[in-house]
Amino acid sequence: MPDSVEGRNPIRHALFVRVAHWLTALAFLALLVTGVEILLSHPRFYWGESGNALSTPLFKLPLPASRATVPTGYGYVLPDQNGWSRALHFQAAWLLVLTALPYLALGLFRGHFRRDLLPTRAGFSLRALAASLARHLRFPPPAPEEAWSYNLLQRITYLKVIFLLFPLAIWTGLAMSPAVASALPFVVTVWGGQQSARTLHFFVSISLSAFLVIHIVMVVRAGFRDRVRAMLTGRATATTPKEPV
Amino acid sequence: MRTLSRRRLIAAGIASATTLSAAAIAAKLASRYGLVPPDGAGLYGPGETLTYAAQRLLTRHSLAREFAPAQISRPPFANEVAPLGAPFRKLQDSGFTSWRLAIDGDVARPSTFTITDLRAFPRRTQITHLACEEGWSYIAEWTGVPLSHILDLVGASPQARYVVYRSIQPDWWESIDMDDALHPQTLIAHSMNGADLPVPFGGPLRLRVPRQLGYKSVKYITSLTVTESLKSFGKGLGSASPEGGYAWFAGI
Repeated sequence: MPDSVEGRNPIRHALFVRVAHWLTALAFLALLVTGVEILLSHPRFYWGESGNALSTPLFKLPLPASRATVPTGYGYVLPDQNGWSRALHFQAAWLLVLTALPYLALGLFRGHFRRDLLPTRAGFSLRALAASLARHLRFPPPAPEEAWSYNLLQRITYLKVIFLLFPLAIWTGLAMSPAVASALPFVVTVWGGQQSARTLHFFVSISLSAFLVIHIVMVVRAGFRDRVRAMLTGRATATTPKEPV
Repeated sequence: MRTLSRRRLIAAGIASATTLSAAAIAAKLASRYGLVPPDGAGLYGPGETLTYAAQRLLTRHSLAREFAPAQISRPPFANEVAPLGAPFRKLQDSGFTSWRLAIDGDVARPSTFTITDLRAFPRRTQITHLACEEGWSYIAEWTGVPLSHILDLVGASPQARYVVYRSIQPDWWESIDMDDALHPQTLIAHSMNGADLPVPFGGPLRLRVPRQLGYKSVKYITSLTVTESLKSFGKGLGSASPEGGYAWFAGI
């Protein structure tokens, strides 16, 4: 990383990290809103290859539906929003994938994952994890050095979001495509069927949404203006001296 | 703020010029190789085009998954359709003996077939998944004439790029490209689960396109048109779906 120049704040987040962060945020917001709209046309979930209003669901959400054919128990039907929702959902999915590919390549080659996200060997032990968890549960204000480096729980969480949840969301999403399933059947069969993939897509989306809420709460607690400025401009505050970590 | 040096400015200029020309060349190639869908313009055009191009580059000849008889959904689910009008009910009352499937457009021999004609043609039976864009699905056994057989019979032009198909229901029409039209699993289905195709499932004739979502499998089809361009059909977006906000290509 370019280091601090006299009288200027050093770089906290590299340009490619900032660009990827905001494009992903934009794509995820679009995917979330349109995903909810699409879900409302059939708020029932199944396991296996197939499932419909005549099958026994694995579970159903206590929501009204945008289709009269779904037995919801509500006496009304919501307006159909699937047309634009599906178009925006897939366009945002493309934005997500086209953002992720260069981000993953640059993150690997520039040492972003190794340096900023992989827990340090010293820091990664059960005891350190327990200590970090215990400290977090007391909700202390962030330590000054956290403006410069992610703590252990943050590193694990970000790695999980980048390398587990988003790939799973994309995989289970693709598993619902009849054309993808025809060319690459294992994409579907590994989950036990197309309806299983849809159900998993829902749970992965819930996990990503939970992450988003906690992420925003943490940013607010740590100092919303400073953290957002760092992610926008790349520079942390002048009041936080860079400590060796 | 760092001042822009001349070198950086030139480098940035070259980089953006390269990106723009690459994008222009990609667009031209995509259009030449038939990778742009008829609804590839507009706000969601980029997403539709990326999806269709990726599918045509990667999955052009793939076969839809087929299932074991034990996996057939019992009972299957028939989505609701608009009330069937008087012309349909009249044909239904006579046991569909007067039902006709007409084929025209870029063909050597425009033809009309009865249900009896179609049942006498070579048939294919397949157990496939029908997934609705809403999220539900069912598995059924479909029997019908491969559309490719009909296209051979009528002598479809080698320049043809799409097949338009229409339901007896007003304003219900779709189209597919020749990759899907000539695909061995694309059927003019007349039977389902070993019996005549029931009316709620599209009987007497339904075009089954198992590599795309259910809304491409139009029920009650009466006519097909083979064509090189979709511009003169409806609003020129390829089918009724994009006119109602849904994607023309529904393979996702």
